[in-house]
Amino acid sequence: MTTTTPRSSAPSRRFVLGGLAAAGGLGLGFHVPFLPPAAAQGAATSTPEINAWVVIKPDETVVIRIARSEMGQGTLTGLAQLVAEELSCDWSKVTTEYPTPGQNVARGRIWGDYSTGGSRGIRESHEYVRKGGAAARIMLVEAAAKGWGVPAGECRVEKGVITHSASGRTTTYGAVAGDAAKLTPPKDVVLKDPKDWTIAGKPVARLDTLPKVDGSQIYGIDLTMPGLLNAAIKDCPVTGGSVKSFDAKAVEGMPGVRKVVQVGDSAVAVVADTFWRAKTALDALPITWDEGPNARVSSADIAAMLAEGLDAKEAYVGNKGGDVAVALSSAAKVVEATYGFPFQNHATMEPMNATVRWTPERCEAWAPTQNGEGALAAVAEASGLSASKCDVHKQLLGGGFGRRGATHDWLRQAVMIAREMPGTPIKMIWTREEDMIHGRYHPVTQCRMRAALDEKGELTGLHMRISGQSILASVAPNRMVDGKDPVVFQGLNPSGPEAAIGYTIPNLLVDHAMRNPHILPGFWRGVNMNPNAIYLECFMDELAHAAGQDPLAFRLKLMGNHPKHRAVLQAVADKVGWGTKPADGIHRGLAQMMGFGSYVAAVAEVSVDGEGALKVHRIVAATDCGHALNPQQIDAQIAGSFVYGLSAALYGECTVKDGRIEQTNFDSYPVMRMDAMPKVESIVIPSGGFWGGVGEPTIAVAAPAVLNAIFSATGKRVRQIPVKNTDLRRA
Amino acid sequence: MVRLNVNGSVREVEVEPDTPLLWVIREQIGLTGTKYGCGIAQCGSCTVHIDGAAVRSCSMPVSSVTAEQKIVTIEGLSAGASHPVQKAWAQLDVPQCGFCQPGMIMASAALLAQNPRPSEAEIRAEITNICRCGTYNRVLAGIQLAAEGGESGRG
Repeated sequence: MTTTTPRSSAPSRRFVLGGLAAAGGLGLGFHVPFLPPAAAQGAATSTPEINAWVVIKPDETVVIRIARSEMGQGTLTGLAQLVAEELSCDWSKVTTEYPTPGQNVARGRIWGDYSTGGSRGIRESHEYVRKGGAAARIMLVEAAAKGWGVPAGECRVEKGVITHSASGRTTTYGAVAGDAAKLTPPKDVVLKDPKDWTIAGKPVARLDTLPKVDGSQIYGIDLTMPGLLNAAIKDCPVTGGSVKSFDAKAVEGMPGVRKVVQVGDSAVAVVADTFWRAKTALDALPITWDEGPNARVSSADIAAMLAEGLDAKEAYVGNKGGDVAVALSSAAKVVEATYGFPFQNHATMEPMNATVRWTPERCEAWAPTQNGEGALAAVAEASGLSASKCDVHKQLLGGGFGRRGATHDWLRQAVMIAREMPGTPIKMIWTREEDMIHGRYHPVTQCRMRAALDEKGELTGLHMRISGQSILASVAPNRMVDGKDPVVFQGLNPSGPEAAIGYTIPNLLVDHAMRNPHILPGFWRGVNMNPNAIYLECFMDELAHAAGQDPLAFRLKLMGNHPKHRAVLQAVADKVGWGTKPADGIHRGLAQMMGFGSYVAAVAEVSVDGEGALKVHRIVAATDCGHALNPQQIDAQIAGSFVYGLSAALYGECTVKDGRIEQTNFDSYPVMRMDAMPKVESIVIPSGGFWGGVGEPTIAVAAPAVLNAIFSATGKRVRQIPVKNTDLRRA
Repeated sequence: MVRLNVNGSVREVEVEPDTPLLWVIREQIGLTGTKYGCGIAQCGSCTVHIDGAAVRSCSMPVSSVTAEQKIVTIEGLSAGASHPVQKAWAQLDVPQCGFCQPGMIMASAALLAQNPRPSEAEIRAEITNICRCGTYNRVLAGIQLAAEGGESGRG
């Protein structure tokens, strides 16, 4: 990993406290009714808090409260770095805890937004968590100064030790925390200039590593508690179907079985003393399904439905400038290609699970959720109790990738099972097979690209017609805009900090013909950036080739108005030596994209042998995320993005037959393993001045960089994902 | 009644003989560091050592393990996470979500026990566990660091 020198730093800013709870709220389409604030109290410790974010114990342990969910992406450590930086505490004394969403609601959402998706964990809460740390520091120093009878301005603090400079007296945070907790919070605070950071911006080690190497980390699937029973569940394999009948008597005498229950209209669960016995009985349980109206739908039907949308007259416009029809009709050359992206499963390593205890008075859930408040809303709805009678204890996630944030379908199931056995904690675990066939899949789309080139080979017009599925239409219809799903246009927007296109094209039309098949979609790490980057960046390569120009030079001509997009692309090109000849048999491809607030680019080096076997040897990838909070974790996210992105590009595909997903486990849904993993050289460009996301953006460039390199190696354009379905032997 | 030697102590459990060893370890013995990921020996999250060899416990019926065979789980690999592989993992911050890592560590420890200085190609061929967060390059670096028994930089 290389880190370039910051070019600028944001100046110190003054903030007025008081608007903390107003932050966030967009969530993933959930709204938890606000309750009146309860009396302030600590989340999970008996030591009084300094404020909502900071508890300091007499032994100097610094407990930092974290609202967002940790699922491997490092947000727990990153957010703690931000609070600790402003707190000026001893980093080696820092530990973390999750306040429950129920506590958040009870305290007027003092911890802001809990949702952890869209790479928003840090970039949307950095300001108020830093203010929380700074306010606590001011109170701690003030408490010490009061004790000494000196002005606070005469005191300084370093690593949790407060010093009165004139007298040389010192004390510690732990010693004054009790007094500090009683003080009135400051009205406004000044945040540090990022150039003075000593904890934030540094490659500190993660806070959650040790329990993950000795086996002591407890995930949701590992929970146990007195009296706990286990549940295994089967939902109708065809979405839209229901349970017709089942014969509980056939399995009630099997070892450990306590109860067989129908769950909603479409699922059946067996509750037993152990999960294995529950699963064994469920496998033996005769169930008859009514497979419903989708029972004959196949992948070919869905492909035909989308293909029709490619030519449809009506479409939602996402980006429009000039007149693309005129450009195409007056072009010296028109280039056209159609691409496609399949359904894909998130396939988190920890299958869906949740533990729930329900009584008529109270419902509690222990859930690996990306959105604590969304989970609370789901529990309240499924339990039949008001949110004030429910709470959710968030568990560290064994992978999330978007599956555990938006729908909480699995959590609702667990609540429904627990309602059948009041007072008994029920841990429901999905088998891998259940997880594979009841995903909330990466949406399926096709895209027709049509471009106009003039006599000199310059791009004068581009029409990008996306046809296919909308995530929001299924998951969060309240976030649609006049029927349009703005998420479909990720990375293709005319401007804006979220996901803007990096090219200036005189005549441009990006539009979407919405076609929603019955297979349910969900946010899938990288979301619509992933297919959009393939469509745009592979087609840019096609255009460069058609124009007889170098793919880098062709792009750069269009990027004059997009300096940040251009900088990351230039960075990877420079590092790999674009324009120099690679080693024999090695071929290169490149791609750039902007999304989730960050600018990313990659060059891939691949070879394809005489048998058509592809090997990805090396990736050079650059990320400009503005402030780089923890460079070594950004490096980890960049490398990991190539595993997720290339798994998707090379192997990822869920197909539909008789209305159901055909892939049931990792034997039929292959993912990347170490033998296929390329070397990844990351370039982190901390340009400062803005906060971009890190967990998702790079995934978008993984596939197009490799696909463009495959073309360079073979002369073949792979336009339908995954690559495994294409014979790569040279024609 | 099944007798098992797990992490050096003999355990007796009442369980159906066709129950996979994984679920006996997790549910009857109560050691949850060994994970369920696929149930068909594809992902390796359930890897334990039996007489020193890496075994995917999700697909091994408990009846096929004898009381004399020594089963070691992640909890019994070392005291205080002091195995060279665990130390390398901590030094390089290998885990992300961490769910697959007990299996990764057990597979890596077994590889090094059998082949103390594996080549990169050997590591890539032998470690076939699935990680969806994508820690493979740090896993590779971690095994190499553990094999060297030395220090190396991050990332």
